[in-house]
Amino acid sequence: MKLLTRFPWLFVYAIAYLVFLYLPVLLLPLFSFNDGTIVAFPMKGFTLKWYAGLGGQETLLQAMVNSLIVGIVTALVATSLGLFAARAYVRYRFKGKELSEGLVMLPLVIPGIIVASSMLVLFISLGLKPSLTTVVLGHVFLALPFAVSIMKSAFDDFDQSLEEAAFDLGESIIGTFRRVTLPIVAPGIVASLLVTFTVSFDEFVLAFFLSGNQPTLPVYIWSQIRFPAKLPNTLALGSLLLLASVLLLLTAEYFRRRSTKSA
Amino acid sequence: MPGVLKTETGKGLALSAPASLYVGLLVAAPLAILVAYSFWTQTYVAIDKTLTWANYIEAATDPLVRHLMLRSILIAGAVTLATVALAYPIAYFIAFRTQKKTLWLLLITIPFWSSYLLRVFSWKLILGFNGVMNSALLTTGAIDEPLTFLLYNEFAVVLTLAHAWAPFAILPIYVSLQKIDRAYLEAATDLGCNRLERFFRVTLPLTVPGIIAASLIIFIPTVGDYVTPSLVGGSQGKMIANLMQVQFGAANNWPLGATLSLVAMASVGAVAIGFVVITTALGRRIR
Repeated sequence: MKLLTRFPWLFVYAIAYLVFLYLPVLLLPLFSFNDGTIVAFPMKGFTLKWYAGLGGQETLLQAMVNSLIVGIVTALVATSLGLFAARAYVRYRFKGKELSEGLVMLPLVIPGIIVASSMLVLFISLGLKPSLTTVVLGHVFLALPFAVSIMKSAFDDFDQSLEEAAFDLGESIIGTFRRVTLPIVAPGIVASLLVTFTVSFDEFVLAFFLSGNQPTLPVYIWSQIRFPAKLPNTLALGSLLLLASVLLLLTAEYFRRRSTKSA
Repeated sequence: MPGVLKTETGKGLALSAPASLYVGLLVAAPLAILVAYSFWTQTYVAIDKTLTWANYIEAATDPLVRHLMLRSILIAGAVTLATVALAYPIAYFIAFRTQKKTLWLLLITIPFWSSYLLRVFSWKLILGFNGVMNSALLTTGAIDEPLTFLLYNEFAVVLTLAHAWAPFAILPIYVSLQKIDRAYLEAATDLGCNRLERFFRVTLPLTVPGIIAASLIIFIPTVGDYVTPSLVGGSQGKMIANLMQVQFGAANNWPLGATLSLVAMASVGAVAIGFVVITTALGRRIR
């Protein structure tokens, strides 16, 4: 405790670092309410018109729908794959386990542009035109490591004897899974669904290469960034997106903590 | 067959197969096709499937490719160094100087749950000639003319990426600091180390695994980053991914794009392996 009596350099540094981390994230919402088209000080006044202007834009709404479809399908597929794989990793010891565990984490460390370009070449070669389907295929690949690691920590704290008890009391394998296992790991599943949805919802590079003429929301935003006149609308849209992501992931964090005993 | 599924290996493999096959196929198949494409050539309308080294020769001799590849690796190295150096004190602070560890870890990760594209875009607005930083400094009278070195150069790219990767550096280093047995630190003090010696001879070497993990997680994807150099890099800050995108997009030369992907992957792998070997050796030597 003697350490705390000295001048807290590290604490001051930590606060300064937090300012650095939050500056860009808070800046978009701040200027989205600014009554002017230039993002600079001094600010002009408060307005909500940039948000109001988002409503009637047909292409934006279509991009939003595309993103929702891709996000929901990605979340469902990645979480199902992750659920089974995580159960295998936590519950069983088997040949090739380490290889398999390493393999599913691989998407985290391959540069995005290489994943995107190589998948584009593959899908075209297979006769799959760029579309929301190809984006989903790519996003499941990217989201899988997140699903597996969340589900692994959910199964880690799962008491196996509960399953054995249900089995001994006459439940079938499927009945045990449905009535014992699933309810206990449900918070983990919810957390995984939310996180994988957000990974997909925010992803840009893969969608940029694979979406063809069906842009997702980040691809739409990319196309708007070039037009200075659209800047305030883009800020408003970006702020809404930031808010949605943070809310989704805070909810996910809540469920993830409920799924592990340690929290 | 049903017998196999009763064994532990059978059950484990059956349950994990869908996930690992999915990832395995989507790594192996595109890679195989990239390799094939890299030996083909693009004619105006079609792909000439005669096998040739032409793309590799072009990638090796074109000064632009060499320049961009080298710059991507240097920028990624600078980003890795900056991110780890900035993040280390924070990880140290959370591990040793605060009781509210969970709160701090949450505070540090929240900003990264937002879209990467939007965060980079926001940096572009902050650093621009008529941007937030310059206008704030002008309004307060700190400067008389807008600063021009902020945006559209390597500095902007390094700053933006050091921000983007922050938690990927903080978390692994924090974990390795947290694992240190506090008895080692007491022992070092009892044996006459002052605080600085204790840090450099005990704490730092014990966190080398965390530093290596953080560096790899940051370095590898950064070499292939597309969004940041496009938005804040200007012409000075363009990287290899920008050239790759051009080949797959406007230039429509997929064989050359495929070759660049493979060359980039090989270079990243070589640098990463070299880095791990050197850092591990250094970590042993300090001790």
